[in-house]
Parts: sequence; C-alpha cells; structure tokens
Amino acid sequence: MPETFLDSTELVLNMGPQHPSTHGVLRVILKLDGEKVTGTDCVIGYLHRGVEKIGENRTYAMFAPYVDRMDYVAAVSNGLGYCLAIEKLLGVEAPPRAQAVRVILTELNRIASHLFWLGTHALDIGATTPVMYCLREREEVLKIFEAYCGARLTTHAFRIGGLLYETYDGFEQQCLAFCDDFPSRVDDYEALLTGNRIWIDRLKGVGILNAEDCKAYGVTGPMLRAAGVKWDIRKALPYSGYEKYDFEIPVGYNGDTYDRYIVRMQEMRQSARIVRQAVQSLPEGPIMAKVPKVIKPAPGEVYVSIEAPKGELGYYVVSDGTVNPYRMRVRPPSFVNLQSLDKMARGSLIADVVAIIGTIDIVLGEVDR
Amino acid sequence: MRKLLRTIFLIDLFEGLWVTLRYQHPKNIYTEQYPAERPQVAERYRGAPRLNKNPDTNETLCISCDLCAIACPEQLIVVTSIRNPETRRKELTEFTYDTSRCMFCGLCEDACPVDALELTQDFEFAQYSREGLIWDRQMLEEGPRPTPYKA
Repeated sequence: MPETFLDSTELVLNMGPQHPSTHGVLRVILKLDGEKVTGTDCVIGYLHRGVEKIGENRTYAMFAPYVDRMDYVAAVSNGLGYCLAIEKLLGVEAPPRAQAVRVILTELNRIASHLFWLGTHALDIGATTPVMYCLREREEVLKIFEAYCGARLTTHAFRIGGLLYETYDGFEQQCLAFCDDFPSRVDDYEALLTGNRIWIDRLKGVGILNAEDCKAYGVTGPMLRAAGVKWDIRKALPYSGYEKYDFEIPVGYNGDTYDRYIVRMQEMRQSARIVRQAVQSLPEGPIMAKVPKVIKPAPGEVYVSIEAPKGELGYYVVSDGTVNPYRMRVRPPSFVNLQSLDKMARGSLIADVVAIIGTIDIVLGEVDR
Repeated sequence: MRKLLRTIFLIDLFEGLWVTLRYQHPKNIYTEQYPAERPQVAERYRGAPRLNKNPDTNETLCISCDLCAIACPEQLIVVTSIRNPETRRKELTEFTYDTSRCMFCGLCEDACPVDALELTQDFEFAQYSREGLIWDRQMLEEGPRPTPYKA
C-alpha cells in the first residue's frame, strides 16, 4: 500500500456568510487538516454601508442616528461616544444630570449587550436554555429604553450637548427594580452554565490569547481583561462622570473562552452596581448644555474613546469649520478584536471555531460599518 | 474534596436543571401573544408619522416651513406649498413622507416648530409594495389603518 494513502490534502471550507453562528454575515475561510484548523481567513464587508462616508455628508446632528446602526446591540454606547467626541470638538460639556442619565442608560445597554452575547454564545455551544432567560432580562432593559427615548434598539437616546428627553415618571423605580432583580438572575445563568461539565469542557483552554498577543493585536474590552490586563477606559480615562462611581474591573487569568465568559458575567454585576449608584445619586438640573442650533465646530481634530461593551470604541472627527465633518473615522472594537481570530483558532477544532467567534462578541454591523 | 464530590454527584448539573424546572410554572410565561393581544407601546414611541390637524377648525397645523425636510438625514420629506396672494402666507399643498427610507430617528419631530409632524405610537404599517410606503398628505393626516387580526 503506498505511503500516501492516508495522507490528506488541505481542505478549504467556507463557513458563512449564512452560518448561524457567525453572528450575521461573517465569512470565514477555514483551512482544514482533518478536523484541525490550520488557518482562517475572514472575509468581511457584506454589511458595508459606508457609515464613515455618510458621516462626511451629513451635519453633526444628522449623523447621530447612523452611529446607532453600527453596533446595533449596544446602540446607546455608540451614541455616547459620538456625542462625547462632538462635545469635545465644540468645547462643551453635558450638565451633571445628563451625564448621570447617560451613565445609567449606557450601563443598562452594556447589560443588554452582554446578555445577548451570553444567550447567543450559549446557543452556539449547544446550551439552548440560557437564551430564553437572557432575552427575558434584556427585554426589561429594552422596555426602559422604549419608555425613555421611544425606540428599543436603535435608540438615538442622546443629543450633542446632553439629552433631549427628560426622564419619565417612574424611571428611577424601574431602574432600581431591575437592579434589585438582576443579580439573582445572573445567579440563575451561572447555575445553568458556570459549573456545567459540558460548558467547561467546551470552553476551558479554547481560544487562548495571552496578554502580549492581546496588546499586539490591539484587542480591548472583556477579551483583554480576560487575559489579566486591568484596562478599562471607564477607570483609566474617565468620561461622563464615571470617576464618581464605585465599581471594580473584573479580570481573568488564562485568556481563554471560559475566562471571557466569567469576566462578562462579572461585568454585568458591576454594571448593575453602577446603575444603582447613578440612579440613587441622580442630580437635578438642566439636561442640555448650551449648544448652537447649527453646529459648526472650529477647525480641528479630536479623538474620543469610550468603553463600549465590546471594547474600546473610538471616534476620530476632523472638522474644517463647516457644518459637515471633514473626516469621520470610527474605531470599532469588534473589527479590531476580530483580527485575533486566526491566532486563536489555529490548531483548534472546527467546533471550537464556533466558540471562538462567539466569544469575540462581534457585531457585523460594526465590523463592516 | 468538596469539588470532587460535586463532580461525582453532578451537583452543578442538577442546579442548572433546578433553574429550568423552577421556571416551568405557568405564571412565569413571558411570551407576548402579539397578534391576539396588542402590546401597549411607550408614550414616547417613535412610530408612524402623522401630520396633525387643528381639532377645532380641521385645518392643518403645518406652516410649510420646510424645517423637517432640512433636518431629515435621509431627505425623505418633501413639502410643497403655494403662497396665498391674499394673506401672504404659505399654504401647504402636498406633503410626502417616504416611510420606506425612514429610520425613525425623530429629528423631524424635534425640528417642527408647531408640533404638526409627530411620530405616533402606531407601529403596524407594513405594506405589500414599496409604493404603499410613500405616504402622501391624506395618509399622513389619517394614519395607517391596519387590518385587525381575527383569531
């Protein structure tokens, strides 16, 4: 029998763009040796809408609804980053009440984003129960958004200079009731998953990305923290009054998929803590700073980054003194984090690739923009 | 030792199963029975646009200032008006609103100085064709008429 009989050639397999666990329209070209992955290629751009170019053709106020459509799971965070960037460009600051309400809504959105991630990630791994409970709690958050700003997903909640909407009657009570209820719900998810044998076997040691690699790839957010780096822009470069709230940065040790899961679970608890503190210390006062009706910033450039649920979300805006920005550049966390897929997936099995894509927590609207 | 016992007796697995069992009670059902029961959307909900009329005189509140059309990021509002030669005021003739391109950001209702244009709580305005999504003045004033669901 010839020696080459059992020798296998490299198999190229397309995963996506319609694969359900690629979270949208990500196409991954897998190079396989048997079931082992020897390399991956990401093909992105199926959802490309030219958001940055749209930004150059709209006035500053008009572009605000578009940023919600990048990371549509965490639209409020996108809006906050954009508003902060333009406020820095204009040299205004939102009043304290507006800042506190922004923190409340952004942290609620972080919870909603992580819940959605947890549900779909568990579904990818094969745990079909958590998604039901996750979406139930997410629904509570979306109800708060709907009552506050009239939209559930693409909220357009903030305006440049502060807020348009005053909080509705019962806003504080609804947020506090959610915060009271939420930790026990997280306990439920943890009871379902954290100690589960299958969950641990599928996630422990899968997709390891250590701290050096994270820094080399520019990976931010829970992925970086799971590798043991205590980096959170809310603490490092506080914006919108985050320095007033007491919260911890959860970190992991190994930088594997399981640690990222643990870090995100802890982050949800911390976010609920921030929401409670912010609601209890919600100051009275105006909600809108003095902003001209036609926003015409002085020529200049600005970069503002915030800690979005998925990592560092940055806006780089260049103004040439007209009503439209000269250049609008978005640094989306998912796009940067996705680059580490090849590093993590190399040498693992196909089934692990699903877990790894899930753990990056990508939103293709943000990757492709 | 404790961890080993937990592993042997599958305690963590049964804890998870207990969570699932706990939510089996019928009062924990969370599904909205949508077409049978209409959800009550929030007061600030940004849904179908409406062009308000003065309830006493039945005349439109719109003063054809064109601010909504300027504020719209998608430029989907077209306001046409003629100037009345007697009163020297603009009078609205036609108002076109393309809901197929609308993203319900609410910038037009913010821009309206007389609260004529408003995004209402109506959320059922699906159509079988794109043409039906381009609303004229009459449609905007009367609002969508969704077909009631019959069980």
